Formats: sequence, structure tokens, C-alpha cells
Amino acid sequence: MSVIKYESFVREPLVDGDKTYKQVTEDIVYTIEAKPTRLWYIGFWIAVVLLLFGVYSLYKEVVYGTGQWNLGKTIGWGWDITNFVWWVGIGHAGTLISAILLLFRQGWRTGVNRAAEAMTIFAVMCAGQFPIWHMGRVWMAFFVMPYPNTRGPLWPNFNSPLLWDVFAISTYFTVSLLFWYSGLLPDFATVRDRAKTKLRKLLYGVASFGWSGSTKHWQRFESLSLVLAGLSTPLVLSVHTIVSFDFATSVVPGWHTTIFPPYFVAGAVFSGFAMVQTLMLIVRKVMNLQDYITLGHIEAMNKVIVLTGSIVGCAYLTELFIAWYGANPYEFDIFYKYRIAGAYGWSYWLMMTCNVISPQLFWFKKLRRNIGFTFFMSIIVNVGMWFERFVIIVSSLYRDYLPSSWSLYYRPTIFEIGFYLGTFGLFFVCFFLFAKYFPTIAIAEVKSILKTSGETYKTKMADLEQLSLEEFDKKMNHHH
Amino acid sequence: MDIRKFVVGSFDDEAVLFPAVENVRKTGYKLHDVYTPFPVHGLDKAMGLRDTSLHTAGFIYGLTGLTTALSFMSWVLTKDWIQNYGGKPHFSLPAWIPIMFELTVLFSAVGMVLTFCYLCQIAPFVKKHHFSPRATDDRFVMVIECTSTTNAQEVENFLAGVGAQDINVQVAEAGWWLGRYDMDRKLFETQTQTATA
Repeated sequence: MSVIKYESFVREPLVDGDKTYKQVTEDIVYTIEAKPTRLWYIGFWIAVVLLLFGVYSLYKEVVYGTGQWNLGKTIGWGWDITNFVWWVGIGHAGTLISAILLLFRQGWRTGVNRAAEAMTIFAVMCAGQFPIWHMGRVWMAFFVMPYPNTRGPLWPNFNSPLLWDVFAISTYFTVSLLFWYSGLLPDFATVRDRAKTKLRKLLYGVASFGWSGSTKHWQRFESLSLVLAGLSTPLVLSVHTIVSFDFATSVVPGWHTTIFPPYFVAGAVFSGFAMVQTLMLIVRKVMNLQDYITLGHIEAMNKVIVLTGSIVGCAYLTELFIAWYGANPYEFDIFYKYRIAGAYGWSYWLMMTCNVISPQLFWFKKLRRNIGFTFFMSIIVNVGMWFERFVIIVSSLYRDYLPSSWSLYYRPTIFEIGFYLGTFGLFFVCFFLFAKYFPTIAIAEVKSILKTSGETYKTKMADLEQLSLEEFDKKMNHHH
Repeated sequence: MDIRKFVVGSFDDEAVLFPAVENVRKTGYKLHDVYTPFPVHGLDKAMGLRDTSLHTAGFIYGLTGLTTALSFMSWVLTKDWIQNYGGKPHFSLPAWIPIMFELTVLFSAVGMVLTFCYLCQIAPFVKKHHFSPRATDDRFVMVIECTSTTNAQEVENFLAGVGAQDINVQVAEAGWWLGRYDMDRKLFETQTQTATA
């Protein structure tokens, strides 16, 4: 009976199916080199149509004003800012998977991190549309940039969270893009070196920057990845904290609460992972990548969902408690009169069901490892999180301090819905292009964990397991 | 133009690669590089490469971002155009922390990536000689440079001895040039060069 066991009792292999390095390349690059399927064309053109409808909606808003959006007295922010926070939240999961899981040395991130980071970049692109276009006089958007100008020079208000948002979102987009692209360089080189057509050789050659795989370059690459991960982690936390400050630093009842930063960040991770699940379940099926995005990956992400969902649930209960304990009559009314009951009570209870009650089902292992249920839940969570932002924004605004200003009902116009659908169009156009022309799984990273976490090497470790402890120790220390 | 002669050998197992690298260093052949499809843990140490200081550069860029943000905002809000925002003090450091943090991260990230590209000599339209197309697929490609005193045949035998496969001699450009991967470039006449081996 051997003392040493190679296979962990807790962790299953991260790469199934007895793969060699060559097979990893073949599996992942296959979809890049194959012709697009009919399903791809259908999805892509639907996304284009949505995007065009979004452009038309924006045209109406820019030319005829934000009144096209049914925004008005007291409800000055509606679907626009709800969607903004929703998209930014979704983006955070990608960075968390790439950066935070890298710092925690979690090998399972390699199966999903490339697509998750792509999701982040596209989600932040969509999110950024809302603060820009909701300005009304969007042709003066450049006013937010601190550059020497002839207006004084008039500088933007550095003390305002709305400006912090500008810096935060731009920085988040730039850093995520750099992190994602630098990770792509070796994988583009892989595609380049296999390319058969002239166009592919040209394009992937340019995209790979001449990457050769030199050890010195890998050394720098690993240092760069680690530092970018170390920077991205507090960046994620800070970006959504700053977004939460848009609300928390105001005096609006239901907004002015110190729980918002951690609550928003946990909520962002929650909704982001749900979106990653939605995308990954489709990608792994359609692109035949079940060996790389295993049931273990799905389960790990569901565990994060139940964790962050519980934090969000905790935050909701804390808000309710403080609204009572704090004895602020306005805050009390918002929670106990206008959110739980009231004209928007339905949205509050929808939010509670989707976000608090449903993720708790993931405590059950059978449900965590069930693909259909996971997909269904991921949609539920995303809907729930959209409603969370809607509840926060609209139910606090429609009944604020002055009763004479209370508005009764806020209903989105076709152009608000069109703008939102347009961002789905933008997201999916980008994602479909990414899925077809970019390696959707980090090829080099999967190869680097193949030996320690793949299925093949379990058998090769059998003779190692037969050694005694002393022999094993000597062998390992001699090696490196 | 920096044309040199190289002897190239491929490995498919790290357990064979590492002793081979140690052997190369012991025998004193000039190890040009080892090209791998993914970062192999410990290979840079085995090759005797010095640790990179890229993270130090990143730290310095971050500090630059921090000081830029702080000095700019304090100049604007305490000197250039002082404003009264809700009765808050003019030097309101807590309010500036988000932007200071963001600029730190931004400068550090952008600076590091640009430095990385500069050090590795990579950029769009940069082209290099790739010793084996499988270096980015599934082989660890070891390249030994043949100086004027090295006998190429001796190196080939040595590589065969340490377990390399697909051993071949290549005469190629050691540096980078601007080019397109869909067009080949003839830099030199192969016939005359290999004859002097």
C-alpha cells in the first residue's frame, strides 16, 4: 500500500481525455481553422440586427433628447444607469477569473480565463456606452477630460464620483485589454505557425507580434502576468466600489449607505460568474471543448455563485436591519413601505427570489454538477441582478424627500429597450467574432497545467507512488 | 543583418530537457535559447538566466502615476481654480484617492506592457526567424549557436547524445526585422554558407 498518492481526493483532473500537447493545440485551434458553421452565421447576424436597432435608438435619443427615454422628474436615472451597472458587474467576473485566481494559484482558471476576459472587455465596452450616451448633449462628452482648454481652463470636478467613474472605467478597460492581449500573444503565435493561407499568416503574424517562445521572453511574460494580475485584483474591487459611490455618496434614502461598496462588488462577481456560466455552457457544447471546460470547472464556478449570492443576500438583510435600527424615517420608508410593498414591490420580490433564494440551491452537489440546471440558474441570476440595480435606482428615486415631486410610474420606451438590446448586439457581435477568430481557451496555459492536472499523467505517476517517502523526497529534491 | 549558424534540436519531455540544458552549460557550448510552447517552470534558472526586473519597472511606473495624479489634482483644486464643493476643504485627499489609485494602476500596466514589448523586441509587423514551427506547438526547441571555434558536427553529435530529436543546422538572422509572415524573405544564399561548415 503506497503512502504517496498522486491523484488528489478532492480535485478531479482539469483536462480530461488523455491529451498530449499537440492534441491541446488541435482541439482549441480547430474552430479557428474550420469554416464558420451555420449556427455561427445565424447568431452573428441576429447580433448585428440588434446592434443596428441600438444605433437607431441612440440616434433618436441624441437628436430628440433624453425625453425619448421617459426620464423625468425625480426618476432621472432609469434603464440607462441600471444597464450601466449591470454590464460593469458582468465584466468583473472575467478579471476575477484571470487575476484573482492566478494569485490564488488555482489551475482550473486556465480552462475559462481567456473567454471570461474577452467577456469582460466586451461587457465594459457595452457598459461605457451608457454614461456616454445618457449625457444628453453627448457632443460635449470631452468636457470630462482634464486637458488644458480655453474655458478658463475649466477642469472637471475631481471630487465627484461621476468623474471617478470616468477614470475607473477607462482604466479598467485599458488594463483588461492589455492583460488579455498580452496573454493572447503566445496563442496567436501557435495559430500563426500552423497557418496555411496567406491571409491567416499575415493577420496572425501581425497579431502575434513576432512571438517566438524564447525562455527569456516567457520569464518576462510570467512576471508581467503576475503583476498585471496583482494590479487587476484591486482594480476590480476599486472599479465597482467607485460605481457604487455614484449612489452611496448621495443623500438619497436607500442609496446613502456604507454597505454599497462590498455589496456591489460581491453582486458584480455573482452576476459576472452567472454570465460566464451562460457563455461557457454554450461555447463548450458548440465548440466541442468539454474536455477543457469540464464539469469540475462548472462546479467550481457554481460554488463561487453560491458564495457571492449568499454575501449579496446577507447585504440585503443588513440593509433591512439598518433601515429599522437606524431610525431614519426616510430610509425606513424606502425599504419597508416602497420596496417591500408599493408600486415597485413586484420588482423587489423578483430580485429577492432570484438572488437570495435560488442560488442557495447550489449547496446541493447534484444541482451544482447539472448542466441544464446551471444554465437555467445563470439566466435567473442575471435577471435577478438586473432587477437589483433597477430596484436600487428606481424605487429610491420615485419616492424621495418631497412628496409633491413623487412620480407614479416609470415605463421604458422602445428606445430604452432598443439601446439595451443594442448593447447585447454589440456584445454578441464581438463575442462571436472572438469565438471564431481567437483561441477561446488559453492554449499555452492549459499546456502548462497538463502534466500536473491532466488525466494522462495519473497513470505515469503510478511508479512514483510506489516509492517510499525517503526515496520520493530524494528524487524530488534532486530534480530541480 | 546578423546572420549566424545554429544547431537546433527538439525535445518532447521536460525530464530529458533539463539534464540536456545542464549538460550544455557544462560543456560550454553557447546556448542561444530554448523555445517552448508554454512557460516551463525552472527552465530559466536551469539556463542560468538572470531574473527579470520588469516588476521593478512596473513599480516605478506606478509611483509616477500616483505622483502625477496627486500633484495635478492638488494644483488644480488648491491653486489654479479653487472651488467650494459642499464646504469641503480645498485639499480633500480622501476624495482624490480613487483617481490616484486608478492612475497608479493605469501607468503601471501600460508602462509594463510597453516595456515588455520593448525588451522582448516584439511589436506588430516584427518578424523573427523561428527555428521550428513546433516550438509553439508541442516541442521544446534548443538552439545552440556555432561560433567560429565550434564544430557543428560535434554539436550535432552532442545533441543526439542528450536525447534531442530532429537535429538540424540552420543559418539564420539572429535578430528581428520588419516583415510580413505571409511573405518569405531570402536574406542570403544558403548554398555558400552551409559549404563552410
